[in-house]
Amino acid sequence: MSKKYRVLIGKPGLDGHDRGAKVIAQALRDKGFEVIYTGIRRSPAEIAAAAVQEDVDVVGLSSLSGAHLRLFPAVVEELAKADAHDIAVVGGGVIPTEDIATLKAAGIREIFTPGATLEEVIGAFQSACEEREK
Amino acid sequence: MNIATIIEGLSRRDPRAIGRAISIVENHDPDAHALLDSLDPAKIEACLVVGITGPPGAGKSTLTAQLIKEYRRHEVRVGIVAVDPSSPLSGGALLGDRVRMMNHALDPDVVIRSMATRGRLGGVCGSAGAAVRIMAHSACQVVLIETVGVGQSEMDIVRMADLTAMVLAPGLGDDIQAMKAGLLEVADVLVVNKADLRGADALLLDMESVAQQRQDRQGRTTRVCATIASKGDGVAELVQIFNDMNEMFQKSGEKAQRRLQARRYEVIDWAVELIRPRIADSVADKAAFNGDPMLLAQDILVGMGLQTKKD
Ligand SMILES: Nc1nc2c(ncn2[C@@H]2O[C@H](COP(=O)(O)OP(=O)(O)OP(=O)(O)O)[C@@H](O)[C@H]2O)c(=O)[nH]1
Ligand SMILES: [Mg+2]
Repeated sequence: MSKKYRVLIGKPGLDGHDRGAKVIAQALRDKGFEVIYTGIRRSPAEIAAAAVQEDVDVVGLSSLSGAHLRLFPAVVEELAKADAHDIAVVGGGVIPTEDIATLKAAGIREIFTPGATLEEVIGAFQSACEEREK
Repeated sequence: MNIATIIEGLSRRDPRAIGRAISIVENHDPDAHALLDSLDPAKIEACLVVGITGPPGAGKSTLTAQLIKEYRRHEVRVGIVAVDPSSPLSGGALLGDRVRMMNHALDPDVVIRSMATRGRLGGVCGSAGAAVRIMAHSACQVVLIETVGVGQSEMDIVRMADLTAMVLAPGLGDDIQAMKAGLLEVADVLVVNKADLRGADALLLDMESVAQQRQDRQGRTTRVCATIASKGDGVAELVQIFNDMNEMFQKSGEKAQRRLQARRYEVIDWAVELIRPRIADSVADKAAFNGDPMLLAQDILVGMGLQTKKD
């Protein structure tokens, strides 16, 4: 029996719009992922702690508030503190192109901007999961 | 993280080790053997396992979050296993119970794990049971198992738990009628949640009469409790009820009886679970797949040496 992929979808920061995050969560579920959802307005530390307890393969972050440069890397740091560097972090939302390189340098594996298709997003989760399995 | 580090981490209550350990068992990883073998039976014995079940939307997760808060007020280290069904079509699952428990995310003495049923024939029994034991081993004194009460799965929880609370709420009318026959019969505590809503009084009376009938007919104690989980009302009383009933069941030998029964069921579930992939392979291998299914199943078992051929 092959391993089931587990992912966590979290929304750090103050904005309260989680429609996009929920669409992704449902699409992942429909592709066979086990998706843990943490709800809106969670701190990076809370999201990382949940990801560790749930032992997910990937954490997907969504931010529309503009605070992604602070919040996304903070999740990566919190995971590292918990000895969970191997849990991949991807992120999406309203993110200016010029921030993408900064975020990737800070350890975010993939960044999605509003133009990304659902297939691209799911594909990124898939490949991150497969890589962790190796 | 290798298995020795994980085993060592469990006794240090390391969240990473606990998370990894549960996955190892859930995925039938070969390391599961060494891991499960290392668990401390005394800690597992001492842990109180409470099943929280009930119809969708009754307030189980909200109530569980309040129970966490109440147990933490008493400095009890608590584990939560929240079980949701896997989609039969995709095999995926959306596990959302944690949303209501996130206020405890940074408390190192609250261990939460969401699990999907993964289409197991025997329901959730195997993996959830192992998760409970891993939590108990890492010093959780109480473990709450939340599961939605819509069929087979909650019966598995009832079997696994030392105590079962059935969470109901006004306005779920027909669901409750349907459940009366089944699960209502086996719950130890009937919780009327959303006591702030219209219809709660009538539901409470109804549940009290169910409890009374059970006392009269079967001599079984059933406690009834009203709560407003969204505010925390009635939660301290509910914890008191759990403690009282646990003490009563310990004295009467009921707890030991239930644990023994639970082990029997779980061993059966695991045996079926572990042999399933081999059976599935045999089924896939049979090119000409005709004949009666029962006879084919017997052939497979004979082929595996699990049954002798009858002519
Ligand atoms: N009025 C009122 N609403 C409540 C109460 N407890 C929970 N709720 C609400 O009921 C809804 C469902 O609560 P949950 O805790 O998610 O219910 P659940 O039984 O865990 O639901 P599932 O896991 O989906 O089966 C939420 O909107 C809660 O805010 C209560 O005591 N009173
Ligand atoms: Mg719930």
